[in-house]
Amino acid sequence: MAVITFREALGQAIAEEMTRDPNVFLMGEEVGLYNGAYKVSKGLLDQFGPKRVWDAPISEAGFAGLGVGAAMVGLRPIIEFMTWNFGIQGFDQIVNHAAKMLYMSGGQFNIPMVFRGPNGAAHMLGAQHSQAYEAMITNIPGLKVVTCSTPYDGKGLLKSAIRDNNPVLFLESEMMYGMKGEVPEEEYLIPLGKGDIKREGTDVTFIAWSKALHKATEAAEALAKQGISVEVLDPRTLQPLDEELIFSSARKTHRVVIIEESWSFGSVGAQISDRIHKECFDELDAPVVRVTNEFVPMPYNEAQEDRVLPQVDRIIKAAKEVLYIKD
Amino acid sequence: MTTKKKSAVDWDVLIGMYKQMCSFRRFEERVGLAYTKQKFSGFCHLHIGQEGLAVGVQTALRDTDYMISGYRSHTQAIGKGIEAGQVMAELFGKVDGACRGKGGSMHMFSKQHRFLGGHGIVGGQAPLAVGVGFAIRYRNEDNIIVCYMGDAATNQGQVFEVMNMAATWDLPVLFIIENNKYGMGTDITRTTSVDALWKRALAFDMGHSDVDGMDSMAVLDHVTSLVETMRKDKKPHLLEALTYRYRGHSVSDPGTYRTKEEVEDYQKNRDAILHLGQHLVDNKMATADDLKAWDNEAKEKAKEAEAFADASPQPAVEELWDHVLAP
Repeated sequence: MAVITFREALGQAIAEEMTRDPNVFLMGEEVGLYNGAYKVSKGLLDQFGPKRVWDAPISEAGFAGLGVGAAMVGLRPIIEFMTWNFGIQGFDQIVNHAAKMLYMSGGQFNIPMVFRGPNGAAHMLGAQHSQAYEAMITNIPGLKVVTCSTPYDGKGLLKSAIRDNNPVLFLESEMMYGMKGEVPEEEYLIPLGKGDIKREGTDVTFIAWSKALHKATEAAEALAKQGISVEVLDPRTLQPLDEELIFSSARKTHRVVIIEESWSFGSVGAQISDRIHKECFDELDAPVVRVTNEFVPMPYNEAQEDRVLPQVDRIIKAAKEVLYIKD
Repeated sequence: MTTKKKSAVDWDVLIGMYKQMCSFRRFEERVGLAYTKQKFSGFCHLHIGQEGLAVGVQTALRDTDYMISGYRSHTQAIGKGIEAGQVMAELFGKVDGACRGKGGSMHMFSKQHRFLGGHGIVGGQAPLAVGVGFAIRYRNEDNIIVCYMGDAATNQGQVFEVMNMAATWDLPVLFIIENNKYGMGTDITRTTSVDALWKRALAFDMGHSDVDGMDSMAVLDHVTSLVETMRKDKKPHLLEALTYRYRGHSVSDPGTYRTKEEVEDYQKNRDAILHLGQHLVDNKMATADDLKAWDNEAKEKAKEAEAFADASPQPAVEELWDHVLAP
């Protein structure tokens, strides 16, 4: 199997779907001539030409809405935000228009499109470039929200997102674009709405997605050395959530820690925790514990930023809390 | 202003326009009455007074052209082809409504008739229109899209963003500002730096013009000529139509921001229906009795629309689960 970077895997997904369906086009800031701010769209302008790869002005509300309008009449836009922090300029179009169109038109106008870009903290980018938006966007009916933690998942999920007949918000990460992983040569799809067990275990379940998945895995490896068997679950799609997979893992290990690189108040982790407590109450041996960002805007200072984000030591501490292990 | 009178010398066309204006006014009067009888609730923005523009524009279009509008669009939707009964039924939240009761007053849609809503976020429809213009260009169609918006929408940021895109990329969007002088209760001159709203186009080097929206014949001729050009050159155009609404911004408007004399002046001296009626009589194309008869027909049609809406059943409550996501 070929080993490629995350950015290459995402770029392949876009290229394959643009080849497959002439209605798919890509628009965003610097996606064409510049080959993408993070080089996800490298080579696409050369391959598909300017009719299908569009460099947009710095007008996120405008080109997000352009995508929604084009989708209303049957095109399948991929709208790239250089970062989701810029994407919130287009929230009116995503929330008030894309998410509502099918519903308020009584089923007449579906919006087959993808909004994608990096989400969450990268490294020392400061308060305005480090926010995670999954809590806000999973709170809106009519949108699908997809994350990815490996190049393999990224490619398979993005292809499914492009083929989906709904607005799909696809969350990537600046820190993972260079990460390498195995991706098959032959075509494959990963269905939306299905999570994945990244590591089998028996003593405790870690639920994490995107970049936090890797912190969770690192913590699981450290705990394995102490004789603790951790199951690591990546829900991948956050809206709709693969509750069955989550419940079955919770029922198997009886203990759950949720790790997310976003704020704790009203978060996706809070939602998952609520659902586990409701549906698996009798099978839990401890209350679900969450490891999240501290509730402050992201500081620039490196040590402060590290302290805000979930780290391996905090995850291990949480695991021991649900296992009632005292150091 | 164009002096070309090609279409407006076709008496059958003018008689059709007269009848349609009557039907629009009588429909909206019945809507207002139904609201006061508490047949429905929510917001209700009537278009009474602005019929000349709606009918003139509609007559200049062909069926394959697209139209999108704001929240004052009951009769524009009817003009584009939705049955009056379906619009009334939608207001009543009934199952035979244009959107099966899911949309309401502000959200009329018809995929079949290419009426793309009915939108409740001021200016939010402009990016959608530009997206449709993009799709028209992408597919090499020679259709155009009419994007109606109110005077106050010209102060929304996303409108500026997409005017820039439409002008930069030559997208065939006819932006029509229905300047009825008031953004809800605020005189537009109190909030706007320019003394004529067509000047907004100057910032984008975009084609622009103005027309007396109370003169349906002038609108027809002007828009016919604009659309003819746009089908060829694909360039956007900003048309400011000066018009006037006789009723409040919504049905709950006390109207304290303008004088009774101003309203009466428009009703007596500038009214679009009176104006075209007089033109027909002066040219011996209709008698006063004809006008009366046509108006009675319009009243009858409005009554029928209401009867249709009355008779239509409520949708099943369970339908609330439908159309959140497309299959």
